[in-house]
Parts: sequence; C-alpha cells; structure tokens
Amino acid sequence: MSDIQQQIQEHAKKLLSDKTVDLFIGYKDINEPMLTEPAFIRDAKDADQLIWNPFCEHNLAKYLVGRNEKIAIVAKTNDVRSIVVLINEQQVIRENLTIIGVNCDDVIDRKKVEAEMDGKDITSAQIKDDKLIVKAEKISKTLKIKNYLHDSCLDNKRDMSEICDIIIGEKSSCKTEEDKYAKIRELEQKTPEERWEYFKKELSKCIRCYACRNACPLCYCKSCFVDQKFPNWVGQTTDLSDTMCFHIMRALHTAGRCVDCGACVRACPNGIDLRMLTGKIEKDVKELFGAEAGLNPETDNPMTSYKEDDPEDFIK
Amino acid sequence: MSDDKEKTKEEFEPKIIAFLCSWCSYAGADLAGVSRLQYSANIKIVKVPCSGRINPFYILKSLQQGADGVWVSGCHPGDCHYLTGNYFARRRFTILKRLLEYIGIEEGRVHFSWVSAGEGQKFAEVAREVAESIKKLGPAKRLVKK
Repeated sequence: MSDIQQQIQEHAKKLLSDKTVDLFIGYKDINEPMLTEPAFIRDAKDADQLIWNPFCEHNLAKYLVGRNEKIAIVAKTNDVRSIVVLINEQQVIRENLTIIGVNCDDVIDRKKVEAEMDGKDITSAQIKDDKLIVKAEKISKTLKIKNYLHDSCLDNKRDMSEICDIIIGEKSSCKTEEDKYAKIRELEQKTPEERWEYFKKELSKCIRCYACRNACPLCYCKSCFVDQKFPNWVGQTTDLSDTMCFHIMRALHTAGRCVDCGACVRACPNGIDLRMLTGKIEKDVKELFGAEAGLNPETDNPMTSYKEDDPEDFIK
Repeated sequence: MSDDKEKTKEEFEPKIIAFLCSWCSYAGADLAGVSRLQYSANIKIVKVPCSGRINPFYILKSLQQGADGVWVSGCHPGDCHYLTGNYFARRRFTILKRLLEYIGIEEGRVHFSWVSAGEGQKFAEVAREVAESIKKLGPAKRLVKK
C-alpha cells in the first residue's frame, strides 16, 4: 500500500517540477478515522501530503470540469471511466490530462464498517496487512478488509489501463464480474406494489441535501433542474412525491452516462441505495442499445444517438 | 382526489394528458374530429412541436400534479418532420417507461403511440384504448403530490 503511495508522490514531484502539469489532484489525510480528502497540489514541495490507502473513496473526476490547465489526476478504475465520459462529452480536454491509474481493489465501504460498531462513533481505524482494526468507545474489532469493500468496486472490474498514462500497482486481482444486476433482477420479479413499497421506504430517507448530485462527476450543469424556479420542475420539499421525482429525474439524467462509480451512494448521508435506480437504467441501456458508458472516448452516448430499428414494442 | 374516492370505478372519469406532436398526431386528432369520430373526452391535448421535444419531466410532472394517465404520440419512425426527433424520443421513452414501471408506477399509466396526420381512425382507436386502460387502473395515487 505504502508502495503505491510512494509512487504517487514520486510521480507528483516529477510532473510538477518539470512543469508537465500545473495541478496534481490526489488524496490527502484528514484527522478523521476512515476519511480522506481531495488534495490539490501545485508545488512539488507539497507532494509529500499525498497519500494512498483503502479510504481514498472520492471520485476525483468531479474536479476536472471547468479547469483550463494541465492536470494530473489519481484515478481508480471506475474513476477512469468517469473521466472517459467527461472526455466524450467534451468537458475535459484529453491532451491537458495525465491520468494516473491506480488499481482500486481495496476501497473500504465506511458504512459497512460502521454497521459493525453497534451505532458507536469510530474513534480510530488502522490498516494492518489485509486487516482493518477499528476502535470505537469500548469496542475494538479486527475486520478482514476484503469483506468490507464497496459494492460498486466489487461489481465493476474493468481493465482501463489503455486509457491511463501512468499505471501504479499490479493489475486488478479481483475475480471476474459476477452478475452485477442480480439485486435489480430480483426486484424486477416482484409485483409493482412491492417495488413501490421498496422505493417508498428507500427514498423517504432522502433529506434532499443533494449530496448525490454534488458528488456525481457527471452532474456538471451550471444550473440544475432542482434549482430552477421557472419552471419549478420539482418542489423543494421532502414530500415523497417530490423526492421521487427528483430521484427519477436524476437517474434519467445519468442514462447512458453513469459508469456506476458509486460516488452518489458513498455521499448519501442516509445510506440510500441509489445504485438500484441508476443500475436499472444502466442495465436497460446495455440490454436494449448495447452500450456501456465510459469504456471508449470515441463512442457516442446511447441517448444522443439512435438506430432505426431500436426496440419499440411498447409503442402503439 | 377526495371526490374520486367516493365514486366507484365504473363512474371514474380519468384525467389524461396527451402530448401530441404538431405535425402528425395533432393533425391526426384534427382529422378524427373533422371526420366526426367518437373518442374519449377524458383526453386533454397539449400540442408540442415534436415528440423529441417532450422532456420526461412533462410526463412526471403531469402524474405528480394529478393526471391519472399520460399519452405521448408522435410521427411514425422515418416520417418525423424534423427527420430524427422521434428516434431520439423513442430511446428516451423506452428508458423512462421501464424506469417508471420498475419504481412501481402501474403499467398502463403512460402510453406511447405513433399516429400520422392521415390516421384519424387510428387516433380515435388509440384514444379509446388509452382511456379504457387508465379507467381500469382507477385514480393515480402513487406519484401524486398531496
């Protein structure tokens, strides 16, 4: 682990001192257990702040839009796919970008760990080989890291090394992709009433903080539909109808673009499983239009292209 | 909505919003009218320039504000006045329809059709079909804002 960290620091020093890039975006430590924050390094002297550990969960692609400078960015496999979408949508200029691909085999899901701690606040967390030692008030637990990884990391194992400029760490050692839509298929089999109850329960947790939108690397509109007043597309309340409309629309806006990086789920303070919505669209787009986002910067977005023989059995 | 509760399903008269493209389906509705064809009076028509102009939000907002059903109709594929508007719309509607049903909105609340300017007969038939299927479902409750 520290080996990857050392390599990131070395690359940062080199890229910044020979002026290949103006800005290096990576992760740095904050004094909170199990958390890191994005680091924006402009001076080679500060490169020592950069870290790499299983808590580097942010999708840094979020910070690329709207910057007109040469940037190097640390990107996990899924983050690389987000960057590819941004390049495809002409939000980021590829030539200005140095992508440092890091294999994201072990990014820990904080919420899964917190669930083990009987609702107590975690006071410290340490990594020891493949184990995580977490401490809370009067509790200390040693957990196997591989049981506490993010679902979005487990479900998406792609080799994105062709896109990256620099690759750190060995290739992903994770198993082949299982049926990532199993949970969605299971829900699809249920009756409309059961599905409605599921989403009612899930989405009534929403407090409309828009953290999911703010964390999403693809939400870069200057004015978002939720902030618009004329027309007022969606009410600013936590009324179920309003939250539903917000989430349906947010999911629809990611259609054909979402790479399932899981940033929205990680950002949600109330633990709403938003991947059940975006994943459904991702699955449909894949099944119906044969497209997957973020694999190739050259391919068209499936929602802004068409085929004359697209399925239309639902149209009278 | 409280009035609807007292009514039985037979008496229930749904509010249906129809988004019709101005070049084909709206003209089709016109032809149905001129030909004096009978179709359901529950359908309230909103004329839009093209089916590609229909933001999924129009459909959601209608359901939220108390419509019992929504019907979207445009030109047949290949006949779009703007050449490709309905092709893009078709993809969008496919995803929207599947997502709405997945969330638990009843199948049959939202309908899509292609009706050309010459198909007055088809317009009346589809209108009847849409109205009947929404009547059968009863008043919309799920997405309605109270």
